[in-house]
Amino acid sequence: MKDQHLVSLTVNGREHELVVESRKTLADVLRDDLGLTGTHLGCEHGICGACTVLVDGEPVRSCLVFGVQADGREVRTVESLADGDELNDLQQAFSRHHGLQCGFCTPGFLMLGEAYLSTDPEPDREEVREVVSANLCRCTGYQGIVDAVCEVAEMRRSKDSEGTP
Amino acid sequence: MTTEPDKPQRWVGNRLPRREDPRMLRGSGRFVDDIPDPHAYHLAFVRSSVASGRITEIVTDDAIALPGVIAVLTSADLGHPCLTAVLEREEFVPTTMPMLAMDRVRYAGEPIVAVVAEDRYLAEDAADNVWVEIAETPAVLSLDDLGRPDLPVIHDAAPDGVLVDLHMFTDDLLDDVLASAPLVLEETFRSGRVTAAPMESRTCRADWRDRDEQLVLEVSTQVPHQVRSGVAQALGLPERKVRVIAPDVGGGFGQKCVVGREEVVAAAIAVRMRHSVRWTEDRQENLIASFHGREQEYRVRAGFDAEGRLVGLEADIRCNIGAYSVYPFSCAVEPLMAATELPGVYKVGRYAARARGFASNKPPTAPYRGVSRPQIVLVMERLMDKAARELGLDRVEIRRRNTIQPDEFPYLGPNGITYETGSYVEALELCAEQIDESGWPEQCEREDGLLRGIGIVNFSERTAYGTATMGMRKMQMTPGFEVSHVRMDASGDVVVTSGTCGHGQGHETTFAQIVADVLAISPDRIKLRQGDTDVTSFGWGTFASRSLVIGGGSAAVAAHRLADQLREVAAEMLEAEPTDIELVDGHAQIRGASDARLSIDDIAATVHFRSHTLVQREEQLLEARGSADPPGMFSNAAHAALVEVDPGTGDARVVDYIVVEDCGVVVNPMIVDGQVRGGVAQGIGSALYEEMSYSPEGQPLTGTFMDYMVPTASEIPRVAVHHLETPCDQTETGAKGMGEGGTIGAPAAVLSALNDALSDYGADIDFVPVRPAHLLAVLEGASDSERRLETA
Amino acid sequence: MKPASFEYHRAYTPEEVVEMLTELGEEAKILAGGQSLTPMMNFRLARPSALVDVNTVAGLDYIRREGDELCVGALTRHRALETSTADDVHDGFGLLPRAARWIGHYPIRSRGTVGGSIAHSDPTAEWCLLARLYDAQVVVQGPGGRRAIASEDWFTGFLTTSGEPNEMVVETRFGRPRAHGALTEYARRRGDFAIAAAAVAFDVVEGRCRDVSIVLGGVANEPLRLPEAEATVEGAAPEEDTWAAAARSAAEVIRPASDLNGDDHYRRHLVDTLTRRAFVEALETGTGR
Repeated sequence: MKDQHLVSLTVNGREHELVVESRKTLADVLRDDLGLTGTHLGCEHGICGACTVLVDGEPVRSCLVFGVQADGREVRTVESLADGDELNDLQQAFSRHHGLQCGFCTPGFLMLGEAYLSTDPEPDREEVREVVSANLCRCTGYQGIVDAVCEVAEMRRSKDSEGTP
Repeated sequence: MTTEPDKPQRWVGNRLPRREDPRMLRGSGRFVDDIPDPHAYHLAFVRSSVASGRITEIVTDDAIALPGVIAVLTSADLGHPCLTAVLEREEFVPTTMPMLAMDRVRYAGEPIVAVVAEDRYLAEDAADNVWVEIAETPAVLSLDDLGRPDLPVIHDAAPDGVLVDLHMFTDDLLDDVLASAPLVLEETFRSGRVTAAPMESRTCRADWRDRDEQLVLEVSTQVPHQVRSGVAQALGLPERKVRVIAPDVGGGFGQKCVVGREEVVAAAIAVRMRHSVRWTEDRQENLIASFHGREQEYRVRAGFDAEGRLVGLEADIRCNIGAYSVYPFSCAVEPLMAATELPGVYKVGRYAARARGFASNKPPTAPYRGVSRPQIVLVMERLMDKAARELGLDRVEIRRRNTIQPDEFPYLGPNGITYETGSYVEALELCAEQIDESGWPEQCEREDGLLRGIGIVNFSERTAYGTATMGMRKMQMTPGFEVSHVRMDASGDVVVTSGTCGHGQGHETTFAQIVADVLAISPDRIKLRQGDTDVTSFGWGTFASRSLVIGGGSAAVAAHRLADQLREVAAEMLEAEPTDIELVDGHAQIRGASDARLSIDDIAATVHFRSHTLVQREEQLLEARGSADPPGMFSNAAHAALVEVDPGTGDARVVDYIVVEDCGVVVNPMIVDGQVRGGVAQGIGSALYEEMSYSPEGQPLTGTFMDYMVPTASEIPRVAVHHLETPCDQTETGAKGMGEGGTIGAPAAVLSALNDALSDYGADIDFVPVRPAHLLAVLEGASDSERRLETA
Repeated sequence: MKPASFEYHRAYTPEEVVEMLTELGEEAKILAGGQSLTPMMNFRLARPSALVDVNTVAGLDYIRREGDELCVGALTRHRALETSTADDVHDGFGLLPRAARWIGHYPIRSRGTVGGSIAHSDPTAEWCLLARLYDAQVVVQGPGGRRAIASEDWFTGFLTTSGEPNEMVVETRFGRPRAHGALTEYARRRGDFAIAAAAVAFDVVEGRCRDVSIVLGGVANEPLRLPEAEATVEGAAPEEDTWAAAARSAAEVIRPASDLNGDDHYRRHLVDTLTRRAFVEALETGTGR
């Protein structure tokens, strides 16, 4: 008999009620039960960060969280970033700076970046590099990713200081 | 996203944003594991826990009884599917690789039993309950094991373990030349086993479709047609009954340019059960049991004259190629390339080289990015540095003296290769200049407790070689050509097909740039279709830095033919001669009379919907085919690395990096820079951080991302990339390949810099990866033999 | 790499946790941050029959100063300590926020808990080292109520503690605040487990080092306090020669293992370096007192 639980969680602003087996990871729940396949699995032991999502605003390796633990929580995945056809500023910056090649690790970096940027950091390249070192990429050599996050940190800060309408 | 070119009417050369990006950024890329199929069966494999042994018993009853388990299958249950890579050479011993181990296991992690269940969780539960009894036998692990009198036999056909023995080049005069050379270096160089570790591990989904009478195999691969051939052969199916689709692929780096055992097993099960079956390799499987690369040793004798010029070079190359030949490239790829291309950009005088591939109880090696070139460059560059030191010469000067000079092209080397014009000397000079401009020498003078060093290397990268060159390997399936179709639809949009199979290189963007220039339309109107054996012509896939040149080249040829068709139709519609028509900015117009013009969209609509109004044309529609099969060409680069060594911890860090590269005409500089940087990161990884290590019994010790250290952003510096462009006259676009250059140069550059940093301590490190304990031993003045830590 | 099955239970109070653990038996485990346990479960190296999720337990997420003790609730995330600007923390225990930055990466620190780290007992874990450095008391809740265990008695071996299977760590009480403290470690890549680590704390009174603690990580099965090295610093001037003597003593006294990262000779050299550097940094940084 599978140990199953009824779970209510909000994902990208939509509420869901699911029956999940206790051992099913949040990553697998998002991918299989909700069809949100943007979150990828690269290692399933918490090092590569490809599975990074936001849970209640905090960056989390979804391969290390069980789906049942997301009960009552708000989850955000890469699918929440774009507004219809329009990619958000971080996504656009990744493209501008060639911060992706095969694209497999990209959702994890975007969510890591969004989490970091939400702490309203002062753009400091060394600090960004340290944050970015939380995830692995095998294609880009990281420079484009660091460039993109730095640029958006700068952009969002100057927008704030100008005062948003 | 805007796609305005910097130079009007010329897309090639522009940093066009990538077509691939939006879907990847949204998370709507379609990787194999993303393809929805909620009812598919899932595979898990029971793998060998030992490096070598005889399977004496397999008990599956407990596993089959578990909930959700559909079947538990052995090689026998599937009819013993196997693949044998063959080189038609006497010196090669073929090895048959069973898709599931039959009566023997030859490496820890080798798949033995396939468990089929309703989901992966249940499949792993069942796999835990399969009992495989193996009588363990002694294992052969490293090149040091060879020459043992009691050497265990891995393949009966090769009792001495030698699977390929190539006396590639011999020279009777070499011994005399070395005997009389003022300086002779006798050195041994080693490089450790590494693995490609793409972020997407290998995955597949197999499904039999009655309507198409076809097995459809969706697989994360670089070589869909070669997988088709392999699956068809292993399962005894005609190729038409196998369709292979590579959707989005999350990196490959050569690990996926050979046929995987598990994908054949999945295919076999799908056919047998008439049900879709999927398998996703987990990271532990990927590190331990997937294909590896680069465990090699070079014993070299090099003679220099008093001015530091090479007068002779002899190499005995040994490659630890694992338990089997990979299909279809075979285990000979690394030895062949090593021996053939060792001289690189240098004039070596007399040359002799022997290269052997030895079997071991480790996973087979596949052509991991660079394929022996990282090693041969390391060898040549260490020789240059050593000779410079012995003769009191500047390191750049000795390279200058030995490099093929601009007025010496085309240069026929003693390895039988003709090197066409490159910028070997120019790249070296510019790199040396950039080292000074970047202030590295001053940084090395800093006295803050850290030791700093500079490495500089110069090398070439053979790219885009077609069938004639590949034919020299004598493979049973000889890759090389590519065929492209270009079709314009009724709206004026274009679909290009290619047998290449991009996985991050931006083909959808660069091929569109190439075709856009030829057809004078926007790249936005051009869609590339790759990676589907039913959609494209037969082709070879993406590897060996070939796709842009050969795939893009064939697309260019096809596009030119399509342009001719457009001009032909336009000529009729405008009552002119086709030779008077030019294609400009989405229009066909009479040259010199730009008001007499038609939009290409109108031409397309006419051809499709009003073909009765065109009487002069014999053909229908707007479709063309083109092919390319170049002999191959060399791009070149010079790399420099600045490293810092902390004597307190032995830590070595690459803190700055310069690349001067020449890949001919650059189609998209942003993409070229990205390939260089990503390659350099992998090269730094293999120089300092990455190694597949084993216990004395052959147990893998580096089966997680904690132990197998793929570098993070903190380990990889900014890489400054400078471009030279020596256009290539063999190719449609003037471009050369370049995808592996970053990986090829970086290990040598880093090693050179480490030796420079510790030169006051007599450093003479000739292996990678270099660990902190090694550097500490140098700092403490340990002798050479004590310096090396044991790695199996 | 999917985990084996388990029963999932959620607790809302520490007493409930203990009840559940008692009922479920020794094969049941607490699930807190999951950053250490879940990877092991995904590898199937750990196969608990049941998990008691304590993330829902209220009242254990706090950082409180009680006299000379800094009391950290077990469910305090690493990130909370890392980002704390409270005087209560920085006055005498400022090393804790600084040391938190060494723990893995930002997403790991968002999730991982101080209590979880103390319970996991990895000899390179920063909180375990600091627990020994500051003579912490580990407070556990058991069937008989709460008890406090001195950290030197708490860490009993590699990934082993003296806690009972049905006890839950509820609080760590760091004691002995001092003006100076530093933790320095060496790993090949940013965020990796340390190959070795050195943590030091001391006061300087009338130009002499007092109340000295030195702890090493990664050189034994537990965090290692070094009374001999501490004795060389106690009463000595805060200067290079003192640090060198302590470092030498530290390097000599340890019996480290050899592995892929280095043999024992290398680790001794590393420990010597890290100990010296920790002292230099501690003197410069201070902990604000």
